[in-house]
Amino acid sequence: MIAFLQNIGRTTLAFLAAIGRLALFTGAAVRWTVMPPYYLRQLGRQIIDIGYFSLPVVGLTTLFSGMVLALQSYTGFARFSAEDTVATVVVLSVTRELGPVLAGLMVAGRIGASMAAEIGTMRVTDQIDALDTLSTRPMQYLVAPRIVAGTLCLPFLVLIGDLIGVFGGYLVGVYRLGFNPSVYLSRTLEYLQFSDVTLGLIKAAVFGFLIALMGCYHGYHSGRGAEGVGRATTNAVVSSSILILISNYLVTALFFG
Amino acid sequence: MSTRTTSAPTPKIVMQGVTKSFGDKQVLRGIDIEVAPEESLAIIGTSGCGKSVTLKCLLGLLRADGGSIQVDGTEMIGAGRQQLEQMRRRFGMTFQFGALFDSLPIWENVTFRLRQQQVMTRQQARDIAAETITQLGLAAHVIDQYPAELSGGMQKRVALARAIADKPEMLLFDEPTSGLDPITGGVIDSLILDSVRRLGATALTISHDMASVRRIADKVAMVHGGVIIWCGPASRMDDTGIPEVHQFVHGLADGPLTLAAQAAARGD
Repeated sequence: MIAFLQNIGRTTLAFLAAIGRLALFTGAAVRWTVMPPYYLRQLGRQIIDIGYFSLPVVGLTTLFSGMVLALQSYTGFARFSAEDTVATVVVLSVTRELGPVLAGLMVAGRIGASMAAEIGTMRVTDQIDALDTLSTRPMQYLVAPRIVAGTLCLPFLVLIGDLIGVFGGYLVGVYRLGFNPSVYLSRTLEYLQFSDVTLGLIKAAVFGFLIALMGCYHGYHSGRGAEGVGRATTNAVVSSSILILISNYLVTALFFG
Repeated sequence: MSTRTTSAPTPKIVMQGVTKSFGDKQVLRGIDIEVAPEESLAIIGTSGCGKSVTLKCLLGLLRADGGSIQVDGTEMIGAGRQQLEQMRRRFGMTFQFGALFDSLPIWENVTFRLRQQQVMTRQQARDIAAETITQLGLAAHVIDQYPAELSGGMQKRVALARAIADKPEMLLFDEPTSGLDPITGGVIDSLILDSVRRLGATALTISHDMASVRRIADKVAMVHGGVIIWCGPASRMDDTGIPEVHQFVHGLADGPLTLAAQAAARGD
């Protein structure tokens, strides 16, 4: 019984310590994003990595999600003769929900993992200590540009993903389900509000911040050796995915109504 | 014949009673080291005895739990971030496995700190990198290669070039010859000696390689059980009369430094 209680106590303390470490890391990361010097070359590299090279995976994901959504919503709404709403359902679902969440999860897998692996490898090979000895703050050189790039790039990725997702719905609606193209387009725009798009973009910025934060945090605190880096990579993807889903609800609830 | 009174120079680096624990494992139990200006001290000891931790405490990469660390008389334990950063600028350091930045070409690695500290054109930085690496026996065209494209010995030279590029007052070497064949190790040692002399730098080296220690050190300190058990001139390390030092210096299998004793000294 005592051993059981000790385990609970130890786990609770470890959890609280991890929360404290993460809070301190987040505070430092945010602080260094606004303090000079700014490593613009690093920022540019990260923007290309996150923004440009994630485009194919985000595009493909949202394209097929939009296509599936059109088919599924048609199947459902046809049961009570509401097929006309397919275009509206597709555009609202993609912009408010599917675009940001799917793009966030895909980028978490691609970028969160690579950030954790790169920074984790730098940790285990003493490159982070080397930065310290070379008059460079690792938080400012490694973490800050990634946080800024993640927060800035995700909204752009999601905006492009939204367009591609809606286009996917249009392709299925017009060429598979037989909608009139101009009617489909007018229905797409008829009930779409500016706030639908901005909500998705706000979510994307939050997701981008969380993905970069988790990737950097787990990489920065990576354990020794290949196993440590592997665990950091897994933890980065899992934790950022969970945080994306939790924050998705929180942001939606905040702007609900 | 003139007579001169000479007093011992003020030490450049002084560590007194430095302690450091990780959880309940005490790695350093009171390290005492003094290094005079332009002196070359080597710290020796078995694996895991705390040599690298000592170096990291000196640079403030790890926060020592207690004791005193002074650089040119300025206390570093408890110093603020800016003071630590200013102190680190006076050091150049090479790491055991090079710690070169994989994503940067050699010229950017070598001039990394110079470019952080002063504005210079790309061409100026490339020229400085080429000049520094050619002093260390590498071809100038290497500056455009990446660390992964170089052999272990070449990486060690580039790491040395990065450490000396901005002419620091103090140089720290963590296992400079580990993983190298004896010939390349000898070359690295002579480059270290040459660089230290040319810069008039104070040097502190961690090494297991006794041949290397004999070549580059004026003074040797041995760490065991988290303390310095012997410190003296390199020329006297063969006849200290301390069994642990004798066994380590001569690489003997028999002696007080059994694997079990080492584990006990580390607190394993």
